[in-house]
Amino acid sequence: MTSTTESTHGTNQKIQHVDRVVIRFAGDSGDGMQVTGDQFTNESAIFGNDLSTLPNFPAEIRAPAGTMAGVSAFQVHISDHDILTPGDAPNILVAMNPAALRANVGDLPVGGTIVLNSDAFDERALGKAGYTADPLTDGSLSSFKVYEVPMTTLTIEACKPTGARPRDAERSKNFFALGLVSWLYQRPTDVTEQWIGVRYGTNQIVVDANRLAFRAGYNFGETAELFDSVYEIAPAEHEPGTYTNITGNTALAWGLIAAAQLGGVSIFLGSYPITPASDILHELSKHKNFGVRTLQAEDEIAGIGAALGAAFGGALGITTTSGPGIDLKAETVGLAVSLELPLLIVDIQRGGPSTGLPTKTEQSDLLHAMFGRHGEAPVPIVAAKTPAHCFEAAIEAVRIALKYRTPVYLLSDGYLANGSEPWRLPAIEDLPDISTTFAPAPIATGPGDGEGGTNGTVPAPIFQPYERDPVTLARPWALPGTPGLEHRIGGLEKEDVTGDVSYDPINHEKMVHLRADKIAGIARDIPLVELDDEGGDARVLLLGWGSTYGAIAAAVRRIRAVGKSVAQAHLVHLNPFPSNLGEVLGSYERVIVPEGNLGQLTKLVRADFLVDARLLSRVQGTPFRVAEIERVVLDALAELEGLAGLDDHAKEESR
Amino acid sequence: MTDVAVPITTRKDWSSDQDVRWCPGCGDYSILAAMQSLLPEMGVRRENTVFVSGIGCAARFPYYMNTYGMHSIHGRAPAIATGLAVTRPDLDVWVVSGDGDALSIGGNHLIHALRRNVNITILLFNNQIYGLTKGQYSPTSEVGKVTKSTPFGSLDTPFNPVSLALGAEASFVARTHDMDRKHMQEMFRRAHDHRGAALVEVYQNCNVFNDGAFDEVTGKATREEMLIPLEHGQPIRFGADGHRGVRMNEQGHLSLVEVADLGEQALLVHDEARPDPDLAFALSRLARGPHEPTPMGVFRAVERPDYGSQVDSQLLDAQARKGPGDLEALLRSGTTWTVD
Repeated sequence: MTSTTESTHGTNQKIQHVDRVVIRFAGDSGDGMQVTGDQFTNESAIFGNDLSTLPNFPAEIRAPAGTMAGVSAFQVHISDHDILTPGDAPNILVAMNPAALRANVGDLPVGGTIVLNSDAFDERALGKAGYTADPLTDGSLSSFKVYEVPMTTLTIEACKPTGARPRDAERSKNFFALGLVSWLYQRPTDVTEQWIGVRYGTNQIVVDANRLAFRAGYNFGETAELFDSVYEIAPAEHEPGTYTNITGNTALAWGLIAAAQLGGVSIFLGSYPITPASDILHELSKHKNFGVRTLQAEDEIAGIGAALGAAFGGALGITTTSGPGIDLKAETVGLAVSLELPLLIVDIQRGGPSTGLPTKTEQSDLLHAMFGRHGEAPVPIVAAKTPAHCFEAAIEAVRIALKYRTPVYLLSDGYLANGSEPWRLPAIEDLPDISTTFAPAPIATGPGDGEGGTNGTVPAPIFQPYERDPVTLARPWALPGTPGLEHRIGGLEKEDVTGDVSYDPINHEKMVHLRADKIAGIARDIPLVELDDEGGDARVLLLGWGSTYGAIAAAVRRIRAVGKSVAQAHLVHLNPFPSNLGEVLGSYERVIVPEGNLGQLTKLVRADFLVDARLLSRVQGTPFRVAEIERVVLDALAELEGLAGLDDHAKEESR
Repeated sequence: MTDVAVPITTRKDWSSDQDVRWCPGCGDYSILAAMQSLLPEMGVRRENTVFVSGIGCAARFPYYMNTYGMHSIHGRAPAIATGLAVTRPDLDVWVVSGDGDALSIGGNHLIHALRRNVNITILLFNNQIYGLTKGQYSPTSEVGKVTKSTPFGSLDTPFNPVSLALGAEASFVARTHDMDRKHMQEMFRRAHDHRGAALVEVYQNCNVFNDGAFDEVTGKATREEMLIPLEHGQPIRFGADGHRGVRMNEQGHLSLVEVADLGEQALLVHDEARPDPDLAFALSRLARGPHEPTPMGVFRAVERPDYGSQVDSQLLDAQARKGPGDLEALLRSGTTWTVD
C-alpha cells in the first residue's frame, strides 16, 4: 500500500491517497467471508478500480467451527492502475475469530493492519484456534497496527429493530465488517445495499438485519474515532468500454455459450459435480434458453460418454471436470481420438495426486492432458491465462475441436476458476466465425449431366467416413438422420478412407501418422507465441502457460522498473506449440519456466527443442508470488553478468 | 423428409457389406437375422436408425447393420446412447450389449439409463459367460461355474437382469431367446415402440464357451414344459395344453400349480401395465435359473415421461419465458459499468 498524499476527512480523520491495497477477509467457513469479499470486490469494480481476487476456502463445507481447518478467506487487490495479480501479501487483514487470525497473520508484512472481531477472542475460541496465550495481550501482534472492534455486540445491537433473535442477528456480522472496511476505503455503499435486497429478498428480516449491520459498520468507522485515517484509491484508467467483474468459471461457461452460437451448434454438457469445476455446470444449466442441454451424469465416465454420443449426433459435446475426473475420462478421450469427432474436455486443475487439495490450485495436469491415454492419441491443448481470458480460450478450444474433428483439452485451474477481474466486454461482431459444416446427403446424378449415366440415374457415390480434407486432414462430420451417409465407426482401427475395421499393419501405421499429422498441422492455424521483449536486449526469457500469466507479467514490470531487461512469452496453445516457439526459446541465454508443478512444460520444451529450460516450481496450492519470480530472474541476471566477466574456461567450470 | 413415404426395404438393405465374424453356430446370428428381417417391416428409416454398442461379442452387432452405428468402449454404450438420444429425439437409438458389458463394467450406466427413462432400446444378449476374452465367468453365471478364471468354481451370486432392471425403475422390461425368431421380433418391436428406456434380455447361446446354458428352457424338446409365456391380461399357463399355471398366494408369493387341481380362476392373470413393479418383480424371481420353468415375454410396460422429452420441454419453457438466447444480454447480465 503506497501512500501518496494526505488530506483531511471530516473533523479529525485524515485521508490517505494510496495507489493500491491488498485486503484479506478471513473468518470461519460459516461466517460468510466469500460473500463479504465478493461484495467488496463489486463495490470496487463499480467505483472503477482495477482489481484481482483470490478466494481461498477449505474443502470441508463446515469444518469444526472456530478451528484452523475451517478458516475461509478472500483476498482482493484493488488499485488505481492496471494490476495483474491478487497480491503477494495482504496490507490489511480482517479476522473474524482467533483461528482466522492465526491462519493468516503469518502472511501479513510488518506494519500491516489487522481489524479483528474482539468479541470472538474468548478463552474457548483461543483454545480451538490453538493459541496458548491471548495474542491481543501477549505482545505477539506488536509489529502490526491492530484495531479491536466488538463486531458481534455491535451487530446484535444494530439489528434490534428487526426483532431478530441475537443468535440470528449475529450472523449479519460479516456485513458489519464489510461496512467498516467499505468506510475505511471509501467505497460506494448503494451497490451493497441494493445487492442485499436482491440476494435475501425473500426474507425481509434478513434483508433488514444485513443492511442495518452494514450501515452500522460503516457508521462505526466514521464515528468511533478508532481509525486515524481513511484511504482513497482513485479509479484506474481503463480503456473505454463496458466492463463487468467476472470469475474464470463464469467466463468459461459464457465462452462455451458464445462458441456454440458462433459455431452454429448446440451445447450438450455431460458432467459430474466436482470441485472446482461444478460452477460451470451450474452456470450452463441456467441458460437453457440458448438451447443448452446439461446432463448431471451418474459418473465422470458417463459425463464424457454422453457428450461424445451427442457429438456423434451433431451437438457440441462438452464435459467439465477436475483431476480425478480426468483420470476416469481418459479411455473415452481415446475413443474420441479414434472416432475423430469434436469434443471438449474442460479440466479445472486442482492439487493432486488423488483427491489431493480439492479447493486449491495447481497446474499439474498438463502431461496428463498431453499423454494420458494408451496408444498414440494426440489431443490439442488450450490453456486460459487469466479469469477473463477463459472466455476467449473456450472459443478457441471449440474452434479447434469443430474444425479438426478432434477432442480438445481446455485447461484452467482453481485460481482462475474462482478468481475474478474486470473484463471489458467484447463486441459480439468482433468474435471469430467458427462455423462448421456437416457432410451433405449424397445426390444421385442424372443422365443429362455429362457424368456418364445413360439409362436412369447414376447411383450416389458410396460415403467414405474417413476421407480427409486435404488441408486440415479432418474427416467429414456425417450426422445420423442424413440419408445415404449411413456408416459405422468405432474404437477398432479403421482402414484409411473407408473407415472399415482393419488390422492391416501398414494401414495402422498410416493411421497413427495421419492422426498425429492432423494435430501437429494445427500449428499452421494458431497465432505465433507472443513475445514481450521491450527493447529487444533481454538475455533471460520467462516462459509460462496458464494462470501464471499475471504473476510473471507483474514480475517483468518490476524488473524493468529497476532498469533491467527480461522477456516474457506465454503459451495459450500447449499442443501443438506455436510454430515459432523453438526459435524464440533459442534466442535467449536463459529460459526460466515458472509453473505450478514439478516441471511439466519444462520437460516438454526441453524434449522438443533441446533447450536448457530451468524450472521455477511452486506447488503450495496458491498462485505464484510476484516477488519469487522477480528474485529468480534477478539471480539469473546476476549470474549471467558474473559469467560475462569470466574467461571461457571459468565459464565452463561454473556450469 | 418426414412427408416422404418410408421406402420399401428388404433384409438385404439393412445388412452392411461387412463379413459377419461370430463363431459358426453362435446365437448372435439368429438375433441379427431377426433384427434385419424385422426392421423392413417396422416402417422405420435406415438413416434414422442408430446402433450403439460397447465391447464384447454382442458389441460387433452395429458393424453388420447398414444403419448408423458406433462400436464404442466397454460398458459405456448406455451413456453414449443417452447423449445421442437426448440431443436427437428424431432417431431410433438401439443399444446392443452383453452380460459382461451391461452388468459388470457398465452396470452403473445401465441402471441410470433405465431410471432416467432415456428413449433408447437396450438389447442385453445374456450368454452367462465372457466370450470375447475366451471363457471367464460373467455376472450372470451360476454360482460354482468352473471357468479358466474360476477353476474351483465361481463364488459370486449372479444378477438376474430382469430383476435388476425392474429395481432400476425400468418402464419396459422383457425377456426372449435366440431360438424363437418370431418371439424375438415381437419383443424387439414392442421395446422399440415403447417411449422411454426399454430393456430386452435375450437368452443367447454361446456354443463355444457355455453351450446349452439355456437348452432346458429354449430347446424345442423341453420348451413346452419349461417356458412360461407371459401374455398381458391372460392367466399365466404353460405346459402341454396349459396344464400348469402360476398362482399367487395371499402373501404375494408365486408358485407353480396344476391347473386341474385349482381351476383356471385360481391362476394369476398377467398385468404388464401395473403401476407398481411388484408383480413383474415376483415373476422375475419365479425361476432361480434357466433350469426351472422360466417366464418369457413382457414383464413390465408402463408409461412414464421419457428423459429427452422432459429436457426439451425445459428448453422450450426457458425460451418462452426468457426468449431465445441473446449473447449480448448474457454478457451484460452481471453488474456492469462503463468507462468513457
